[in-house]
Amino acid sequence: MRLEIKDLRVHYGKIEAIKGISFVVNEGEIVTLIGANGAGKTTTLKTISGLRKVSSGQILFDGEDISNVPAHERVDLGISQSPEGRGIFPGMTVLENLEMGKYNRKNRKIEMNEDLEMVYGLFPRLKERAFQAGGTLSGGEQQMLAIGRSLMARPKVLLLDEPSMGLAPQMIANIFRIITQINKQGVTILLVEQNAQQALQRAHRAYILETGNVVKEAKAADLLNDPAVREAYLGTGAH
Amino acid sequence: MINLRDKGADLWEGWNRPKRITFVFALLVVISLLPFAGNFSFSSFLNTPSASYQDVLVYPIGMFILMALGLNIVVGKSGLLDLGYVAFFAIGAYTDAILTTKTHLNTWQVMPIGIALAMLSGVLLGLPTLRLRGDYLAIVTLGFGEIVRIVILNSSITGGTNGVASIPNPPSVLGQKLDLNHSVNFFWIVLVMILLVIWMIRRFTVRRPGRAWEAIRQDEDVAILMGVPILRYKIWSFSIGAAIGGAAGVIFAAKVLVIAPDMFTFNVSVLILSCVVFGGMGNIWGVVFGATMLAYVPQRIRFITNARELVFGLVLIIVMNLRPDGILPRKKREKLSARKEKSA
Repeated sequence: MRLEIKDLRVHYGKIEAIKGISFVVNEGEIVTLIGANGAGKTTTLKTISGLRKVSSGQILFDGEDISNVPAHERVDLGISQSPEGRGIFPGMTVLENLEMGKYNRKNRKIEMNEDLEMVYGLFPRLKERAFQAGGTLSGGEQQMLAIGRSLMARPKVLLLDEPSMGLAPQMIANIFRIITQINKQGVTILLVEQNAQQALQRAHRAYILETGNVVKEAKAADLLNDPAVREAYLGTGAH
Repeated sequence: MINLRDKGADLWEGWNRPKRITFVFALLVVISLLPFAGNFSFSSFLNTPSASYQDVLVYPIGMFILMALGLNIVVGKSGLLDLGYVAFFAIGAYTDAILTTKTHLNTWQVMPIGIALAMLSGVLLGLPTLRLRGDYLAIVTLGFGEIVRIVILNSSITGGTNGVASIPNPPSVLGQKLDLNHSVNFFWIVLVMILLVIWMIRRFTVRRPGRAWEAIRQDEDVAILMGVPILRYKIWSFSIGAAIGGAAGVIFAAKVLVIAPDMFTFNVSVLILSCVVFGGMGNIWGVVFGATMLAYVPQRIRFITNARELVFGLVLIIVMNLRPDGILPRKKREKLSARKEKSA
């Protein structure tokens, strides 16, 4: 499994949101895209999962260009996204939300219990809340549900869009710890974050996006110690 | 606000099988005897002034329930706002009118053709338009409703403004005549159709299509991310809704014998949508109740003649203010099976 983005351009109407970016996510890695608001991070993820159309360029998954594969079929290929703002189905129970994550799997009935146990193992809280409506969960629990739900499709690569958004610091640390754990179980992760500190601590490599362009690529650890990066994304008070 | 639907569901879940069967059976008996309610002093308050009570039970009540159930799949289950639902009703009605007057086919033979044509038009309308969302879809469907009416109004095969007259009655069913003097039999036929539709919808909604519709209604983008082929399911929702509207139209034409374009105006679409919203979007029993009320009440209060529509409108406004989710809203509680698992 290798996800390669080649000279990707994406438009919203006439506005070019992604201006020809290229990057690579290798098997087993956690790669993070960091950048300010409007840098194009979310658009990039949405284009990989198929919610946005590619204007030009390629999305290579295992060497094959998937930029014309319909979005709902990309899940079958092994690309699963946990959307920005969590995207829980508020009227469905936690269990029903998790079942939705398997909607298109051919072996969903056989896999269901095993994968539910896997998700409940990562997030014991979800098991306690299994029969509660998704909309009644706290922000952190909803984030767990969103990640758990995207794991139900047994993804090869997991796209995480701002998992720390709107969460308390302790919950953020908890979520990132679990993201590392998921990665250690063999899932490749592409992580989009504004919380650069946490993202860089957890990721192997990072790309910095600025207004639709990749401006820097480096090992995450190096970026953590890069004075310019600290200045721009970590705040001078970061430590 | 108390959720009447949950109260009812709690009661139902508390019952064992024989109790449930008895209840359903008793309810069916009471409903099928409704046409005779006007004859007895204790139930004569149900009688409608200036319109035959037995006719009112078939049209508007029965027809409204059928159409509201169909529209509920589209609006209530999948969240697609359709403002031109009357078009499918009109297609069903005109299919019956034209084919039974011009060929030797009878109403029952035309029924599948009417349903198929309504479905087909649903697919044709859906393919290009269901990529649109929300307000845009509402406008396009509104346009479709008008286009169908105007085409009917201006083509010769549909009789233009005059419509189609002397549509034959359906042949007898089980030796029971279906004509002007036997409205009761029509009522029972429509009742059977309603029960079939309810059974069908319940089958659909507990299975994968129901989940897909639910997901699309709650969040279309996330539904895609889950791997739901949303266009396909939207078209299914649209064409199943259309099929039910078409079936209602076929029966309607066979009952009223004369149809004309002014029976299929935008007003009907709005009224049926009101039935769905008033009763409780997404919940079958709410929709049935809403359609019954919205069809029956204006007939019942006909004695106040001119003020009728005004009073009716006021009642709608007041009720929607008190119960914005409808009289019997969709489920809000925990999943049914959850309780069983917990108690087990």
